[in-house]
Order: sequence, then structure tokens, then C-alpha cells
Amino acid sequence: MPIDALTQGLVFGILVGALYGLAAVGLSLVFGVMRVLNVAHGELLMIGGYASFWFFSLYGIDPFVSLAATIPTLFVIGIVLHRGLFVHVTKLREEDRIKNSLLMGFGLALILDNLAIRLWTADERSITTVYSGAAASLMGVSLPYVRVGSLLFALVAILALHLFLTRTYIGRSIRATAEDWEAAAIVGINVDRTYLLAFAIGTALAGAAGALVSVGYSINPGIGLEWTLKALIVIVLAGMGSVGGTLAGGLLLGAVESVSVYFIGGAYREVVGLVMFLLVLLLRPKGLFGN
Amino acid sequence: MLECEGIDVFYDDLQALWGVSLSVEAGEIVALIGSNGAGKTTILRTIAGLSKPAKGDIKFDGVSLSKKPAYDIVDLGIALVPEGRKLFGSMTVLENLELGAFTGRARGEKNATMKWVYEVFPLLEERRNQTAVTLSGGQQQMLAIGRALMSQPKLLLLDEPSLGLAPLVVQMIFDVIEQINQRGVSVLLVEQNAHAALERAARAYVVENGRVVGHDTGQNMLRHEHVKSAYLGGV
Ligand SMILES: Nc1ncnc2c1ncn2[C@@H]1O[C@H](COP(=O)(O)OP(=O)(O)OP(=O)(O)O)[C@@H](O)[C@H]1O
Ligand SMILES: [Mg+2]
Repeated sequence: MPIDALTQGLVFGILVGALYGLAAVGLSLVFGVMRVLNVAHGELLMIGGYASFWFFSLYGIDPFVSLAATIPTLFVIGIVLHRGLFVHVTKLREEDRIKNSLLMGFGLALILDNLAIRLWTADERSITTVYSGAAASLMGVSLPYVRVGSLLFALVAILALHLFLTRTYIGRSIRATAEDWEAAAIVGINVDRTYLLAFAIGTALAGAAGALVSVGYSINPGIGLEWTLKALIVIVLAGMGSVGGTLAGGLLLGAVESVSVYFIGGAYREVVGLVMFLLVLLLRPKGLFGN
Repeated sequence: MLECEGIDVFYDDLQALWGVSLSVEAGEIVALIGSNGAGKTTILRTIAGLSKPAKGDIKFDGVSLSKKPAYDIVDLGIALVPEGRKLFGSMTVLENLELGAFTGRARGEKNATMKWVYEVFPLLEERRNQTAVTLSGGQQQMLAIGRALMSQPKLLLLDEPSLGLAPLVVQMIFDVIEQINQRGVSVLLVEQNAHAALERAARAYVVENGRVVGHDTGQNMLRHEHVKSAYLGGV
């Protein structure tokens, strides 16, 4: 019986870990390409969650279906935020971008947090569909449909991103810009437009993750910081440079968190991730899967 | 075909170029020589659009470049082989070459250009699936030149292509530069190896402290007293 609880915990950990991975992939893309650390990434995820919630509450659109609208909505929000804010950071030298983007991101996070409270109250929200409570059972382990669906969607999204970045000309121009923006510029890549695209894609990925959080779990205006932290931990665990590595980092964080709950109790769940974060920074600063 | 007309260039508050004027005619090899920190790299970066002149203008086939972004300048037909090569290290040789043909004009003729690049550098074809970081210095320089050629330049800007390479490889790189030039590509060549550059250059400019201080044919430069003592090791 206790072993079953461990297995069940591990499965839940992996299911939520896929969302950690999806949240981190967007942040990692923006950081890798623009050298901009957007600490309001979790707020963008929160907005994606509300978009999905309202699509469901107001129009009754299934959260998995409304991803087709949530993702483009957040893509456009990403364009607006880049044009209005983050583009100014990209005009700075690379060394100065991180600290300036931190300040800008904190400001933006505060604004978005408060705006969300004003608009939507501080209530905890979550999407309850007809199939929300349903679960498959595999050898005594419960597999809730919504969370399994979320995991599958996260896998598909991350695979699609990987193929886009490696197989298409535009995707390669994004990777080229991430490696060396001056080299990108001299082969004819429009670096500013590439930054805009990367930021919009990063925002859209955050939005997708948020939508999945609102159906498998719950959202409120304050979840931003928590998700930014999760994404940062995953990036440090996984290292930069590979989309697949980031996904693996997310799954690992989810698994370790839930196993820790089994052994040392739920009170330390959040601490475990931070301890891993510090250990990896100390022992293997390039990350477990970084190159 | 290329005219720099009295350009001043700054890095933040620090002025690096003062009133630099120079020209490259169609089909020419032109050399820029000068000691460390003279401003040679800055001249090439400014032509390529990575730095912007605060004063003066750059014209290419009559078109002003000074307000154009780097990606437009490549499309107009100027390719830079930068100092330190700046390859996409984690990408393969093939991916680097394909990115070289990123602009609209070059992309359509990518395969034909690549055939030519492989003729010039057969080794790149052999190594096409290797990542750029795993190449030797000479091979990386070949790739940097090959990537620039993929944009189908009319003018090739080369920043110290022989730096840090073994003598045999240096010889090969210079041969290739002549070969490329014979195909009608004009060349603006920055070299520490002034002797080799002047031997091949129709004309040359001497750059000192951010200014052009001398200009003559390559052959005359080789006999010039100041050039000999300052840049040709006194011989
Ligand atoms: N990114 C930069 N920021 C600030 N100053 C710079 C920068 N790059 C070059 N400089 C300065 O501009 C001047 C010209 O440098 P530049 O690199 O153009 O010289 P160079 O002739 O290419 O030298 P080298 O032979 O060492 O390559 C130097 O004083 C240099 O210190
Ligand atoms: Mg230089």
C-alpha cells in the first residue's frame, strides 16, 4: 500500500512536471535568444489560464479546444509587450540586458498581478468540465484524463517547437540569433524581428501552459511568481540550449517534488526544488542536460 | 562600387574612426593595413552595418548604406567574414552554409551557390554534417568564407582571414581569395600579414589611429619606406 502511494505520487509528479517543462521552454527561449530574463513569465502563464477560464465560463468552450484561441491571444499579447517594453532592453549591450529586464519584469509582474485582482478578483478559479473528475486506472494508479491530456499536449507542443527550431528557415534564424546576434545580422537575419518572434512564441507557450494549469489544477492572480520560480529552477536544472532537455528538467522537478512529499512531507515541497536549484548551480552550472 | 565618404564612428562615447574615406572599384582587391587597434575592423563592421557612422556616408553602387540595417546590406551584395569568424558553433557545416543564403536573393539559388562553395572548399562537403566547433581553425575559416559566399556577394569583406593559421593553410586561403576575385567578386581585405595582402591587392590603404594615412597601389606600398618599416618587418 505505501509503495502504491509512492507510485501514484510519482505519476502525479510527472504529470505536473510536463507543465513545468512547458512553462520553462518559453522562458528559456526568450532568455536564450534575447538575453532577457522575463520574471513576469509566470504572469503571462496566469493570463493564459484566465483566458482559458473565461472562454469556458462565458462561452462554454472546452479548454483543450480553446487552446486554439488562447495561444494566438497570448502570441499577440507577447507582440504588444515586446513592442511596448522589452524591445527597449534589447537595444542595450548584452551585459546590461539581464538586470534591466529584471527590473522591467518585476514592474510588469506587479502591474499584471494587480490588474488581474481588479478585473477578476482574487478568487481561486479552475475549469470543471464534464470529464474533469474522470480518470483511467492502470495497475492501481489513477490517471486523471485532464492531466494526461495536458501532458500529451505539452509533449506535442514541445516537439513542435523543436521541429520548428531545427527544420525551418525561420526556426534556424532564431537559433542563429541565440548563438550570436551579430553573426545572424551579417548573414541577413533581421535580428529585431527575430527577437519579437521569440518573445511572442515564449508568451504563447506560457499561455498554453496556463490554460492547462487552469483545467488540471487552479489559478488565481498570485500564481505568477510561483510559476516563474518553477520555470527558472527547470532552466537551471536542464541547462540552456535544448528544448528536449528543458522538458526532461520539468519532468525531473515534478518527480523529485512528489517523491519528496512521500518521504519528508508536503511542507517541504517548494523547498526541494530550490535545494536542487542551488546544488546544480554549485556542482554543475551548465545544467544536467546543457551543452 | 563602394565609397566611404568621410565617416566618423563611435563606440558609445569613444571615437574609433575619424573622417575615413576609401573606395573599392568593381573587380578589385583592396587591402587595409594598420596596427592593432587602428580601426580596420571598425571600418568593415560599419560597411556591413553592424556599426553606424555618426558622420559621413557609405555608398554601394550609388545606394547610401549608412541608415540601412545589416540584413539589407547583405541583400544588396556585401558579405562580411568577421574577425574571429563568428560561426554558428553548435550547428553543422551545412546549416551554417544554408544560413549564409538567408536573404531572399540568395535563398533561391542556394543549391547552385553551395555547389560552387564545395568546389572551392571540397573539405566542407566532406564535413558537412559536422558541427562547426569541431572543425580546426583553418576549416573554420573556410566555413566562414563559404558562409559569406552563400549570400552571393558582389563585395566580400575579409577581416584577418589568415590569423592564427598554419603557413600552408594561409597560402591556401590567399589562393582562394584570388580565385573568388577572378569570379568577379570585389574584395576588401584586412590583414596583419601585410606582405601577402599587398602582393595581391590592386590598391591599399594604411590606417593609423582611426584615420586613413596613406593610399597607393599594392606594388608601390611594398616599396614604401614607412610601410616597410612599420608593417613589413623592416625588410
Ligand atoms: N566593441 C567595442 N567597444 C569599444 N571600443 C571598441 C570596440 N571595438 C573596438 N573598439 C576600439 O576601437 C578602436 C579600433 O578598434 P578596431 O577593432 O577597429 O581595430 P583593428 O584595427 O581591427 O585592430 P586589430 O588589428 O587588433 O584587430 C580601438 O581603440 C578599440 O579599442
Ligand atoms: Mg580587427
